[in-house]
Amino acid sequence: MEAGSGGCALEKLLKKGAEADIYVTEWFGEEVVTKLRKPKTFMHPKLDAELRRHRTIREASFLSEAKEAGVLTPFIHYVDPSKGEIVMEYVKGTRFKDALLTGPFDRIAPLCVELGRCIAKLHGKNIVHGDLSTSNFIITDQTLTFIDFGLSSSSQRLEDKSVDLHLVKQILKSAHGKIWEKVFQLLLQGYGETAGSKQVDALQAKIKEIERRGRYARVE
Amino acid sequence: MSTNDSNIIGIGIESTAHTLGASIVDSTKILSDVKDVYKAPEGAGIHPREASRHHTEKASEIVKQALNKARVKPKELRFVAYSMGPGLGPCLRVGAVVARTLSSYLKLPLIPVNHAVGHIEIGAMLTGATDPVALLVSGGHTVICAFESGRWRIFGETLDLSIGQLLDQFGREVGFASPCGARIEQHALKSSNLLSLPYSVKGQDVSYSGMLTAAKKMIHSGQRFEDICYSLQETGFAMLVEVAERAIAFTEKKQLLVVGGVAANKRLSEMLKEVSTRHSASLHVVPLLYSGDCGAQIAWTGLQAYKAGVQIPVEKSIVRQSWRLDQVDVPWRNF
Repeated sequence: MEAGSGGCALEKLLKKGAEADIYVTEWFGEEVVTKLRKPKTFMHPKLDAELRRHRTIREASFLSEAKEAGVLTPFIHYVDPSKGEIVMEYVKGTRFKDALLTGPFDRIAPLCVELGRCIAKLHGKNIVHGDLSTSNFIITDQTLTFIDFGLSSSSQRLEDKSVDLHLVKQILKSAHGKIWEKVFQLLLQGYGETAGSKQVDALQAKIKEIERRGRYARVE
Repeated sequence: MSTNDSNIIGIGIESTAHTLGASIVDSTKILSDVKDVYKAPEGAGIHPREASRHHTEKASEIVKQALNKARVKPKELRFVAYSMGPGLGPCLRVGAVVARTLSSYLKLPLIPVNHAVGHIEIGAMLTGATDPVALLVSGGHTVICAFESGRWRIFGETLDLSIGQLLDQFGREVGFASPCGARIEQHALKSSNLLSLPYSVKGQDVSYSGMLTAAKKMIHSGQRFEDICYSLQETGFAMLVEVAERAIAFTEKKQLLVVGGVAANKRLSEMLKEVSTRHSASLHVVPLLYSGDCGAQIAWTGLQAYKAGVQIPVEKSIVRQSWRLDQVDVPWRNF
């Protein structure tokens, strides 16, 4: 048993992620989640320490910034960059990824639009999430809570926002191959509702450009 | 002829880049795998025209050797597979001409094979991986993919240079001849001093162009060459392994397969081993002999495709320099 901050015991492993391990713990009587970026033993210790520290700080600050943009994120209770640890609210709900996999599609459709709106809100405040994977949105009361801001950055560039959307597209294609087009269309619709259709057009053109840069992409 | 006969023997021709290869397979194993590799001059990359000339000169000898080593007569063959792409046009065309000729002369079905799918299939066959997350790392590719709804779906990839290009272009800066990976690995072993290079992971994707520029600058700013090689490997591979880990965590698959020329790098396998252990997945590294481009990857994949009914008429058998992995239907994998 490992001791986390504040002496709470990290006993209940909720998810072994790539970035970090997620534990359900207790914080002053409240059930919370502790996200712990453990040392990655495959990396050089210097590189690993730098990345973990950096990403922990980023994650904590962007979890707050996203709230200012009007996107739900877990509340933070405690941050320890040197340990790579964040204690935050335990958001209970279904992962967007699982909802897409189980269906039915009609029930998820409004959430795809909502996802687009949320991403547009983040981008509107120049927050680029950096890891828009379908496992990083939790469905709560017909809206979404965003998590995993470790790769987030601040940028006004159309390129960076387009890469963000390209990532969603890629994960939809690879993990939800049969419905990806419908989901992505709804997402763009929602994005347009918040950011305007002109912005969506500009982003789509940029996404195409990024995809053409990909290895062995056919030049159209 | 029916495709249900117990043993099917066929030939595969590989010619996407510097390697001209021919291989004979039967239903269960590789009977022969012969190749000849075009060698670029020191400090230079592959010259497509020179490489294709090399292939033209070697083709008949390589095909003959493949048949002899397998102790197979041309009339025993049931199909001819060739790498249709992606790759260098002039090189691809040589392999295609050889394959078309064999196909027309022997009246055998012609099977188009995607080179990247070939790397994955031969790796899966040789290592027993059934449903893996596959990491394809070579001069042409840097892709993390998994099989889903009929195709290899790209989970993450490089946004610019492949890992092989990163190593080659860096190596050429000091006068190495491509491929440079093995020599860089040797130099890296002599250092443990990590220099700071740009670490660029974007979601599931990686980007190496910034790292290449920074590493080249270091050569000219007087840093120890061994330290730069070490740092290039440590940082460049860490990015790859991180993305591979994301793919495993996301897909929750229990096998990690590593294929392509860069799979020969020991340090990369070592790093991937740690990640797969952490996620209780098994690591499958393609054997060194078949990590680089070879005829066997084309012959073996050709066999699977042939059994699934994939064929192409000679008059349509063009080559495709750009043919992404995720555009290829894979009817022989059904899950």
